[in-house]
Amino acid sequence: MPMRGEDIIAAIEAELPGAQVELTDLAGDDNHWAAKVTAPQFQGKTRVAQHKMVYAAFGEKMGGELHALQVTTVVPKL
Amino acid sequence: MADINTKISSLLGENDVVLFMKGTPLFPQCGFSSRAVAILDHVGVTYESVDVLQDMEIRQGIKTFSDWPTIPQLYVKGEFVGGSDIMMEMFEAGELKQLMDDKGVTAS
Repeated sequence: MPMRGEDIIAAIEAELPGAQVELTDLAGDDNHWAAKVTAPQFQGKTRVAQHKMVYAAFGEKMGGELHALQVTTVVPKL
Repeated sequence: MADINTKISSLLGENDVVLFMKGTPLFPQCGFSSRAVAILDHVGVTYESVDVLQDMEIRQGIKTFSDWPTIPQLYVKGEFVGGSDIMMEMFEAGELKQLMDDKGVTAS
């Protein structure tokens, strides 16, 4: 069972309160997603750390139930 | 698990640039791995590729090693740089080439 788009957004928002998530269905198959995440929590973090913060929302589902998620992280401008 | 970490460490020790991927640079088996290969080719560095589909131990082990859940994974001089999204962001910002230059990685 692939993850639904709304569940992906909800998981990221729960992990990173205040985050803005733009989700795109890359292949139109509910299985290949791109998420652009803008979150104040990214401030001062390396890219690897920022992406890990997003992946943390999915735990073990990453690479399994959530087959493909392309992630772009953005630090909001103050 | 200790063995697989040793194996990964020695791979990283022997090669300046290592890409853990699904498939091979000529025949990538996943869109993200394919993108990672294309980026490295553009940057023009020599790299070693490891096909995780050929080795289940490495496939799992590398995720634990880097605490990163997905493949591909790029390492430069033993240091985890990121997956294909980070590679793309860095490539577009010119930072990937800069990193290779800073680390003294030679062009192919």
